[in-house]
Amino acid sequence: MTAGVIRTQRPSARQRAVGERARKSLGRRRAVNGVMLGVLATAAVITVLPLLFILGHLVTKGATSLDLAFFTHMPTPVGEAGGGMANAIVGTLIIIGLAMLFGLPVGVGAGLYLAENRGAWLANSVRFLSDVLNGLPSIVMGIFAWQFLVRPMGHFSALSGGVALGVMMIPMIARTTEEMVRTVPTSLREAALALGYARWRTGLTIVLRTASAGIVTGVLVSLARVAGETAPLLFTAFGNQFWSTSVTQPIAALPLQIFNYAISPYDDWHRLAWAGALVLIALILVISIVARVATRARFDMGSGD
Amino acid sequence: MAIEVKSELAGLADPRPANAAPAVTPERTRLAAESLDAWFGSIHAVHDISLPVREGSVMAIIGPSGCGKSTFLRCLNRMHETVSTGRVSGRVLLDGADIYDGGVNPIAVRKHIGMVFQRPTPFPTMSIRDNVAAGLRVMDGHVSRRETDAIVESALRRAALWGEVKDRLGASALALSGGQQQRLCIARALATSPRVLLLDEPTASLDPASTQSIEQLVRELRGDVTIIIVTHNMQQAARISDRTAFFLAGDLVEVAPTESLFTSPSDPRTEAYITGRFG
Amino acid sequence: MSPTVLTADPGAGTVVRIHGRHIGDRIYRGAITFFAVCVPLLVALVAWEIAVAGWPTFRHFGLSFLTSSDWDPVKDRFGAAPAIYGTLVSSAIALVIATPLAVGVSVFLSEFAPRWMRQPVGFLVDLLAAIPSVVYGLWGIFVLLPLLRDPVMPFLRDTLELGSTPFFTGPAYGPSMLAAGLILAIMVLPYIASVSREVLLAVPRAQREAALALGATRWEAIWRAVLPYAKSGIVGGIILGLGRALGETMAVTMLIGNRQEISASLLAPGYTMASLIANEFSEASSDAHLSALMAVGFTLLIITIVVNAIARWLVWRVGGGAASKAL
Ligand SMILES: Nc1ncnc2c1ncn2[C@@H]1O[C@H](COP(=O)(O)OP(=O)(O)OP(=O)(O)O)[C@@H](O)[C@H]1O
Ligand SMILES: [Mg+2]
Repeated sequence: MTAGVIRTQRPSARQRAVGERARKSLGRRRAVNGVMLGVLATAAVITVLPLLFILGHLVTKGATSLDLAFFTHMPTPVGEAGGGMANAIVGTLIIIGLAMLFGLPVGVGAGLYLAENRGAWLANSVRFLSDVLNGLPSIVMGIFAWQFLVRPMGHFSALSGGVALGVMMIPMIARTTEEMVRTVPTSLREAALALGYARWRTGLTIVLRTASAGIVTGVLVSLARVAGETAPLLFTAFGNQFWSTSVTQPIAALPLQIFNYAISPYDDWHRLAWAGALVLIALILVISIVARVATRARFDMGSGD
Repeated sequence: MAIEVKSELAGLADPRPANAAPAVTPERTRLAAESLDAWFGSIHAVHDISLPVREGSVMAIIGPSGCGKSTFLRCLNRMHETVSTGRVSGRVLLDGADIYDGGVNPIAVRKHIGMVFQRPTPFPTMSIRDNVAAGLRVMDGHVSRRETDAIVESALRRAALWGEVKDRLGASALALSGGQQQRLCIARALATSPRVLLLDEPTASLDPASTQSIEQLVRELRGDVTIIIVTHNMQQAARISDRTAFFLAGDLVEVAPTESLFTSPSDPRTEAYITGRFG
Repeated sequence: MSPTVLTADPGAGTVVRIHGRHIGDRIYRGAITFFAVCVPLLVALVAWEIAVAGWPTFRHFGLSFLTSSDWDPVKDRFGAAPAIYGTLVSSAIALVIATPLAVGVSVFLSEFAPRWMRQPVGFLVDLLAAIPSVVYGLWGIFVLLPLLRDPVMPFLRDTLELGSTPFFTGPAYGPSMLAAGLILAIMVLPYIASVSREVLLAVPRAQREAALALGATRWEAIWRAVLPYAKSGIVGGIILGLGRALGETMAVTMLIGNRQEISASLLAPGYTMASLIANEFSEASSDAHLSALMAVGFTLLIITIVVNAIARWLVWRVGGGAASKAL
C-alpha cells in the first residue's frame, strides 16, 4: 500500500474490506474526509453561482431600463425611444386569471377526491396520470391547446393560452390539496359528521377550510411556475402589439414579449427584454414569498378567524 | 378497590336537586339498543346488545380496552357507518322510533344525538362563538343572529365555560386549554339541544381539574339531557352515573344501577373487573 | 336566551324527521369524482389530439420519420432525426454537468452543512427552478453566448486541443449544442438536487449511525452506507431531470442555433424536438408541415412519459411516498 495524495483523493479506494481499512492510518482517512467536504462545498458554491449571476445581471441590466413608462406605456415601434409593456403585464395577469379559473376547481376537486378515496383504483390511476400530466413538456401543452381550441376557433386567443396554463396547474394543485387535506385529522371530520353535517358540508366547510392555508400555498406555487411559461403561449395567446383585454382575441404576455425582444436585433428592445425579465422575476418572487409566508402562518397555526 | 368505590358512592347518595328536570317522567325510555351487532369488515366488535336508557339519566359504560364501547356508542348516532368497513344490524329506538329504519336520514339522527370524543375537537378555523354555533348552521330552518347569540351564551353557560370565554368569543378556539376545549365541544353539542348526549371518554386526555369540571357538568346536565358516557375510570362512573353497563369482548355482561353494580355485581366477570383482577 | 330551542323536547313516539336522502352528498361526490376523472381525460385528450394531428405524417413516412435527416417543408419531406439527436445530446450534456453538482450539493446540505446553512442554501437551489425558461434564454443570449464565443470555446478547442477530437471542431459561433447543454444543466440541476435531498433524508438514521459506530469517518459513512442506500432514488432524480431537459423549450430555442443537421461537434448548432416545434409552428403553412410538427410533438410526449415513469418508479422504490413528493 503506497500512500499518496492521488490515492487518497480517489473515493473508490474507500470501498475496501474491513481488514484493509483497519490498516489505513486514521490521519489519512481524516484527510479524505476533509477533501471530500471541500469538494462537496465547492459543488454547492458552483450550483449557487449561476443563480447569483443571473439575478445580478437581471438587476443591473433590468433596473436601468425600468421606469414608470414601462408599466404605463404601450410598446413603441423600433427606433422610437421609450415605450413599455403595459399591455403585456395586463395580458399576463389576464392569462393567469383564466388559468386559475380552469385549474383551480379541477385541481382542488381532484385533490379532495384523492384524499377521500385513498387506495381506490380510480384514485391510484388519477394520481399516476396526474404525475404524467405534470411531466408533459410545456410545448406539448401549447400545440395541444392550439389543436384543441385555436384551430376550431380559427384564431389565437387569451382563452386558449389560459386553458394551456390551467391544465399545467392542475397536477400541482391536486397534489398539494391532497396532501393538505390528509393532514386534517379524522377526528375533526367525525366531529362535524356527529354534529349533523352532511359529508359535502364537512368536506367544504370543515376539511377544506382547515386545509386552506396549505392549499393557498400550493396554488401560489403553481401560479409562480406557470406565470413565466412561454412555450404554451406561443401558438395560443400569441402576443399582441396593441392593447387588448378580450379573452377571445390574441393577447400580449410578458414572457412572449421578452422572447420576441430578446431575439430581435435591436438594442432598445434588448433593454426592454431585460426590464421585462426583471418584472417577471419580481412577480414570481413576490408570489413565492407570499406562498412561503402563508406556509409559515399555517405552522404557527394562527386563529384564522 | 371495591371498598374505595363504595366510599365514593357514599358521597353521591344525596338526592338529585329538585329543579333538575321538571319535565322528566321517571321511567320513560329515551334511547334503546335492541339486538345490536356491529362489525368492522369481518371483525365482529359488538355482539347482540340490548340496552335501554332512561330519559334524563346518565348511563356509564365501562369495560377493558378494545371491548367495543366506542363502537357501540358510535352505533347509537349512526357514526359507525362512516367508517368504510363499518356495518350494523339490529335496532336503536330513539323515543320509540328506529333510527336504522330505511327512511331515516343519518344526518337527522346525529342532530338529535350529540357526541363528544376522547380528544377535544374544536374546529381550528372557527372562533369560539362559531364553534358553538356550528351545529346550528345545519339545523332546519333559519336561526337569526340574535337567536344564535342567545343560544351560544346559554350553551356556554350550561357547559360552565361562559365565565371564562365571554370576553373573547371571537378568539380562536385553539387558544383555549384542553379542558376548556372539551367543554367547548360539549357546549357545541348542547347548542342544538340534542335529546341524547354521547360522551366517549371525554376526560381521558384531561388533567384532574378539568376532569372534575366535566364531571360536575355531567351531574348538572342530568335530568335535562340523557347522557351515555364511556369511561375507563370506574370511580368516575360511580361518581356520575345512575346506571352502569359492563362490556367485555363485545358482549354486554351486566347492566345495573351503578351502586349495586359496584357493590354487589351479579356476574363474576364484572366482579373480577371492578376489583381490578383484569383489564 | 332562547329557552324554546334548548328545552325543545319531542314527546314519545316522535319519528325522526326524514329528509331527502343525501342529495347534497351525491352532488358533492359526483363533482369531486368528475374533477378527478378530468385528469385522466385531459391526459388522454392531449395525447389524442396530438396523435390525430400527427397521424398523417406517421402513416406517410413510417419509421423513416424518426431516422431520416431530410427535413424540407417546401418539398413536404420530413425526417426528425436531427431534432431527436439534438434533444438527446443536449440533454446528455446537461445531465453530465448537472448530476455531480446536484448530488454534491444535496450530500453537502443533508450531511455536512451546518444547520443554519441548510434552509437558505436549499432555498437558493430551489430558486433556480423558479426562473422562467425565457429568462434563462435571455441571459444565455447576452451573457453565456459571448462568454462561450470568446474565451471558452477557443480554449476548449485550441488550448486544451480538444479540437483534435470530432467533438470540438469547427468555428465558435456561440449558439450551439454546448450552449444549450450548459443552460439545460443549470435548469435541471434544482430538480435533481431536490429529489436527491429528499431521498437522502429518507435514508434511515441507523444506516449512517451503524457505519459511524464502526469508526468510519463521515465521508466513509456517506460513501459506504448512505449513498448505496439512496442510489436508485438519486438515479430516479437524474432521470426526472432528463425528462425536464428533453422537453425544455424556450432557453434551448434561443441558444441552440436551430439548424437541421447532425454534427458530432458540440460547437456546432443543432435542433431539438421542442425548439423545432417552437420555431416552425407559427410559420407552418401546409397541412403536411403542421402534421409533421405534431408528429414531432407526439414523439416527444411519448418519450417524456416513458422517462418520467421510469424515474418515478425508481424514486418510489427507495423513499416511498415521502421522497416522491419532491418530484
Ligand atoms: N377502524 C377499525 N377497523 C377495524 N377494527 C376496529 C376499528 N376500530 C376498532 N376496531 C376493533 O373493534 C374492537 C372494538 O373497538 P372499540 O374502539 O370499540 O373499543 P373500546 O372499547 O372503545 O376500546 P378503548 O377503551 O381502547 O377505547 C376492537 O377489537 C378493535 O380492534
Ligand atoms: Mg374507545
